[in-house]
Amino acid sequence: MSTPLLRVSDLRTYFISFRGQRVVKAVDGVSFTLEQGETLGLVGESGCGKTTTCHSIFRVLPPAGQIIGGSIELEGEDLLTKSPGEMRGIRGRDIAMILQDPMASLDPLFTISDQVSEPAYFHRGLRRRALKERVTELLHAVRIPSPAIRMREYPHQMSGGMRQRIVGAIALAGGPKLIVADEPTTNLDVTIQLQYLNLLRDLQKETGVALIFVTHNLGIVAKMCDKVAVMYAGKIVEQGSVREIYNSPEHPYTEALLKSIPRLGDKAPLYVIPGQPPDLASLPPGCAFYPRCPHVMERCIAEEPEDVSFANGHPAKCWLPFSSRTSDLVSGEPDLQQDKARPSR
Amino acid sequence: MADYLLEARELKKYFPVTSGLLGRMKGWVKAVDDVSFGIGHGETLGLVGESGCGKTTTAKLVLAQEEATAGSIQFQGREINTLHGKDLMEYRKSVQVVFQDPYSSLSPRLRVGEIIAEPLEIHTRLSRQAIRARVGEVLELVGLQPDAARLFPHEFSGGQRQRIAIARALATSAQLVVLDEPVSALDVSIRAHILSLLEDLQRALGVSYLFIGHDLAAVAHISHRIAVMYLGKIVEMAESLELCNNPMHPYTQALFAASLPSHPDDKKEEIVLMGEVPSALNPPSGCRFHPRCPQAMPHCSGEEPVLKETAPNHWVACYLY
Amino acid sequence: MATIPAVSIANIARVAGALRQRAKLLQGAPLLAVFILTVLVVAAIFADLLAPHHPEIPVKGAKILAPPFWMEGGSASTPLGTDYQGRDVLSRIIFGTRVSLIVGITGTLVAGSIGAILGITAGYLGKWFDQVIMRVTDAWMAMPALIFAIFLAAMLGPSMWNIVIALGVVYWTNYARLIRGEVLSLREREFVKLAEVAGASKLRIMVRHILPNVMSTIMVLASLTVGVVIIAEAALSFLGLGVPPPQPAWGLMLAEARATLIVGKWWLTVFPGLCIVLVVLASQLFGDWLRVRMDPQLRNR
Repeated sequence: MSTPLLRVSDLRTYFISFRGQRVVKAVDGVSFTLEQGETLGLVGESGCGKTTTCHSIFRVLPPAGQIIGGSIELEGEDLLTKSPGEMRGIRGRDIAMILQDPMASLDPLFTISDQVSEPAYFHRGLRRRALKERVTELLHAVRIPSPAIRMREYPHQMSGGMRQRIVGAIALAGGPKLIVADEPTTNLDVTIQLQYLNLLRDLQKETGVALIFVTHNLGIVAKMCDKVAVMYAGKIVEQGSVREIYNSPEHPYTEALLKSIPRLGDKAPLYVIPGQPPDLASLPPGCAFYPRCPHVMERCIAEEPEDVSFANGHPAKCWLPFSSRTSDLVSGEPDLQQDKARPSR
Repeated sequence: MADYLLEARELKKYFPVTSGLLGRMKGWVKAVDDVSFGIGHGETLGLVGESGCGKTTTAKLVLAQEEATAGSIQFQGREINTLHGKDLMEYRKSVQVVFQDPYSSLSPRLRVGEIIAEPLEIHTRLSRQAIRARVGEVLELVGLQPDAARLFPHEFSGGQRQRIAIARALATSAQLVVLDEPVSALDVSIRAHILSLLEDLQRALGVSYLFIGHDLAAVAHISHRIAVMYLGKIVEMAESLELCNNPMHPYTQALFAASLPSHPDDKKEEIVLMGEVPSALNPPSGCRFHPRCPQAMPHCSGEEPVLKETAPNHWVACYLY
Repeated sequence: MATIPAVSIANIARVAGALRQRAKLLQGAPLLAVFILTVLVVAAIFADLLAPHHPEIPVKGAKILAPPFWMEGGSASTPLGTDYQGRDVLSRIIFGTRVSLIVGITGTLVAGSIGAILGITAGYLGKWFDQVIMRVTDAWMAMPALIFAIFLAAMLGPSMWNIVIALGVVYWTNYARLIRGEVLSLREREFVKLAEVAGASKLRIMVRHILPNVMSTIMVLASLTVGVVIIAEAALSFLGLGVPPPQPAWGLMLAEARATLIVGKWWLTVFPGLCIVLVVLASQLFGDWLRVRMDPQLRNR
């Protein structure tokens, strides 16, 4: 096996404030790998740690955020050992990011051409005509009509969908191997979102770039991703190929998420996950999901689950994952009889 | 037509656009252009469309926040546009709203109890105790503890704040609640909570909803009927299931195609629309969708198509039918 | 019978809890400023108990005495010396806190009220209300504050309440400006729209929704204004337009002592002047801290 493009091992990022009195374990032992040209979906709700994971990879955390442990290997080299100068050379060149709000990502005072050319200028050393050609090429690639005219315009003169495509062009300008897209289509209209996702997929086919999609929208995951990692309270509770996750989710949280999403044309009542997402500063000792889990056992309250793998595939952090349950989750009722009868693992 | 709670007929709202110091008229933004629909008792009408389609302006017209340029809105048979004074207050008592952003729609310096009590204080002459009792009642109705009334909004999560907003909307036993993207700003797992809650409340209280959203799946789930809007016009209107099974207008079909699959193997027919939504200041001639329509025909740019009942209770404005 | 102590213990516990909550609010406050302001308030309230002598009656058997009291010419019973009438300086200063405090606080209240009402009305009602009020504010601000105050005070005549009115009427403009700006942005927030849709009257919205949300700005401005008003009062007293004698006021003490400065009786001007400086400084420091404190708190929420 060749070296994976990105290997994150046991990453821990904590936010420490009030002189050490308050520790938020935003990312607590996250591990995953990504091969060249693959698309990973990092799925979870607000506060689960997916954005912090990405900020850790780029090492753009706010002062309170500290990477306590683990490693982030890009093509075998640990990014956590790099100096700030080295990181600056890597950001924009080998790894790039697309954020949610295109208006906030673009500088209102500079032309499109200035902004798109910046990574090519700094990281690839292009100048003058070569630079201009590269910008035109990039604008073509992201399907901006009449690039020669648009280049000289300013962000406020464009629509939301177009701005987000410009952001994509900027991300591509340095020729990166990995692009992290953090909720890139949340602010876009539905039909524009489809255009944009198709564009990203085509760009991936053309350039072979790997993608990490950070989102809470399972539809995007179903459409775009090869593999999925589901995050909850700072940990990856389940990861596997996209089909494995959709066809046989192991972790109760994944199951519940899939069941709580409305489907077109289906009027059946939605499954409602009880309770609230946890407070990351004061997590319970056992499994972070136990207060909301329909299959909770005594063991879940006391011990934090480790990864459990099965014959058919993918690991999940649960003491009672789906494969070991014989009951069905259709009604969402907790099956306490079943739990009591089970021998503990 | 059946006996509607609220009926809009040929509703138009044009905003004047002026330019220059002297405010010369440059044109009109036809935000809502000849829109007609009805909402029955205990029914949910879903309004779906993308930015610029006019659904927010329609909501404002229904809430009497804006005055219609033309057309009429009748609530229980009475024309809204001509209401003022006590009659207008009666209307406001019966028609309430829940906004999209739970973080800015609740007054930050008031306690939850005071926020919910406000419509009661404005519209009824109930004693302080009676109001407090009613506040406790609606809080329980939305699944919160009555003693939440003492707390401030910032002590609650997004989903809980939306419940508070819903409680407030129901405090005066409103008959129609306009829900303007009520779950778009919430986490995925919380959306199911709120949608279920809204459905339960409708069953229990018989309240009607005007549900505005852009997530087709959520709108289809909660609505009995759906109206699809594009650039100020309704292009298709039908019962929810009928629309999902048989979308007729090309724009509706594109919307369905664009709502993402629910499973990786769910291969949908891909309809990718070209271009962007045109500006409402200068809409295309004839059928407003024709420049982007994959099935456009030459005469689509001529005269505008009208809504026709092409299948039982299924209305489409398109020359294909 | 046993229930009575139980109830009162519960009450005390509740009050203690509330106090602890309030105390937490002051976390990080500039200690010196808080200390000075506390001393000011305590001195004003308990002046009768704290002052060693009556402020208006000459100390028996004393002539002009100089501090420090351990040196020749001084006396321990009048540690800060006496003025040319033999009245104890320390006692006069302590009693003078009353005037400063009352005028400072009520003057600020008057200014704040006028400014807040005008600012909120202009910001929320908009249109011609806004235009008229803002033009009046502009014109008002064009007049130099202190001179205007002097003019008004001279017209109204010397009395504590006239001073309060004069100062309030002069210093409201800052409030109006600032608050109107905030109201302009608050007006577009969703919770205001919610209240409008519910049918709330404009007055109700202004009082229940807009006012509480500008309170923090008002408080910050108020704490800064207190210092300004105290200085203005001192200036008025100095010019003889302030609180009429023999009631002690720091500005008045300065005025009375002006002639004696040449003769070397430094303690008659230094101590009252020092008090004015300290109180104004404390009020500014506190106001600054309050402003910073209010802001991130809003962001957290």
